[in-house]
Amino acid sequence: MELIVAATVGVLTSAGIYLILRLRTFPVILGMAMLSYAVNVFLFSTGRLATGMPPVLDHHAKHVDPSLYTDPLPQALVLTAIVISFGMTAVLVLISLGAFLEAKHDKIDISDEEADA
Amino acid sequence: MSHWIIAPVILPALLAPLIGFVMRHDKVLSRSASVAGCVALVVIALGLLNMAADGTVHVYRLGDWPAPFGIVLVLDRLSALMVLLTSVLALIVLLHVIGTDWDQRGRHFHALYQFQLMGICGAFLTGDAFNLFVFFEVLLIASYGLMIHGGGQARLRAGLQYVVMNLGGSTLFLFALGTLYAATGTLNIADLAVKVREIPLEDAAILRVAAILLLVVFAIKAALFPVQFWLPGTYANAPAPVAALFAIMTKVGAYAILRFYTVIFGPDVPAIGDMPELWIKIGALITIAVGAFGVLGARRLMPLIAFSVVGSMGTLLLAIAVFTPQSVTAALYYLLHSTFAAAALFLIGDLVTTRRGASADSLLPAPPIANNGLLAAAFFIAAIGMAGMPPISGFLGKLLILDAFQGQAHQAIAWAAILVTSLMVIVGFARAGSLIFWKAEGVVAVDGHGALTETPAPVPVAGPSQPNVGIAFVAIGACLSMLFLLSIFAGPVTSYLTATSAELFDPAAYVDAVLSGGN
Repeated sequence: MELIVAATVGVLTSAGIYLILRLRTFPVILGMAMLSYAVNVFLFSTGRLATGMPPVLDHHAKHVDPSLYTDPLPQALVLTAIVISFGMTAVLVLISLGAFLEAKHDKIDISDEEADA
Repeated sequence: MSHWIIAPVILPALLAPLIGFVMRHDKVLSRSASVAGCVALVVIALGLLNMAADGTVHVYRLGDWPAPFGIVLVLDRLSALMVLLTSVLALIVLLHVIGTDWDQRGRHFHALYQFQLMGICGAFLTGDAFNLFVFFEVLLIASYGLMIHGGGQARLRAGLQYVVMNLGGSTLFLFALGTLYAATGTLNIADLAVKVREIPLEDAAILRVAAILLLVVFAIKAALFPVQFWLPGTYANAPAPVAALFAIMTKVGAYAILRFYTVIFGPDVPAIGDMPELWIKIGALITIAVGAFGVLGARRLMPLIAFSVVGSMGTLLLAIAVFTPQSVTAALYYLLHSTFAAAALFLIGDLVTTRRGASADSLLPAPPIANNGLLAAAFFIAAIGMAGMPPISGFLGKLLILDAFQGQAHQAIAWAAILVTSLMVIVGFARAGSLIFWKAEGVVAVDGHGALTETPAPVPVAGPSQPNVGIAFVAIGACLSMLFLLSIFAGPVTSYLTATSAELFDPAAYVDAVLSGGN
């Protein structure tokens, strides 16, 4: 379980970084999406991994056993992060489209000649 | 529990959709609402400063959930000061926008402007690390809209770089917060301050990773080397008044570094030690050099100003990196000064650029512009402020920083860096000023065949005429008078700042106020 989660985060992150370094808008958008998936999975793991456990403590149990419980806070953090990254991706797509339509190409880096023009 | 603490967040948050949905077709109405909002924000910020000035830490519990379970807003001297700085700067920049009709060059300027203010004020007031992330996103998404306001190829492409850079930064911020939560089990700043001091040294590896990741995130915001490269392109291509407002955005990064690396990862935390101090110092020294060489090498006025902002951020962070109460006092004074100096330069640059027509902001001689003398005088004052020459506040700020380095480690390097780069910035600004304002007097218009005409060219009035441009001059005057006020009232200001930095290095009051659930 730990190995799968760790490998997922690692593969998604490296794929995301590779795509961002392509410096073309479409791969960069995909790379950003990969990175945000990676960070969402990573946030889940910060509350210790547990499968099939409720995110509430059993109030009536005689002994509260923390191993029968999953931390709800990272889930709330992931939810917030998903919403924000969704909105940000939409903004990124629109700005990329605007830049593509104005410049007629999808390169992200700006050369010195263009910067001085 | 005073409800006024949340007012700087609520007010722009309510005003922005109102302007965006209801008032968007009425120029006068949306402008009046935006100005009224900014004036109200200044008044509220003054009230909050008055509340915080006696040294009590006021806590606002959202939903009345006790910390660390709920999110809290915390008003102490530092956050009150930063909110006041934001609101005053916002009002000045807004006046300039109205005077130059920048808000008519695209849609929804005032709504985005208010959302931007909501994000900045929230970031200064929040007492929760994850909530800080959320407010960062609010201020960033508004800044994306403001950055590409007015459109155009260069601006959209620079805007795209800015967005990608900051999205990367946001992802890194989430990784850092996740790591921090895994190490400590909390994200409340006061609770973190307690927990990181309890972590034994042998378990501190994850904590150190979190501390450095957070430092990188805040360094992106504060334009610290090696992640400073987004700033010149963004500031030079953004609409000039927006660049003036962005002068406070880099300070959000500086504020976050100050808050996190004194209250949470302070010098007294054994797991962290002097690691942030060393990293920030190295980064800041290189940032200062990058800024100074950029000022010397710039071929246009806007990138020149942007590089001077990079240099001033380097100076500011170098002062913060000493992490003594005296150096933080100096840094805060320099922060106030450099915000207004940078904003004034961008606002002046805007008027110069629009008046020069086709020459725009290139550093080549062109016929003189309207109000050449007045703009030259304003540029002169702002430039000596930015370079740190007497008599205005930049000189005092740099003097305080040099003084704070007295007897500290790396004194010689820091003094040399600050003094040499000040000279370079003076040379750079003198060159730009003489090329734009002084040499212009000798340039006469050339007719189509390359022969000199007999009379100097008529003053070019470029782009749309600006009937209310007087308001823009008032805004620039207000910005410059802030520099003079800062040096006239340097005594009271520094005594407030001394109390502020003492509070940062003794976070017991902050932690008690948040965790005890008092007032």
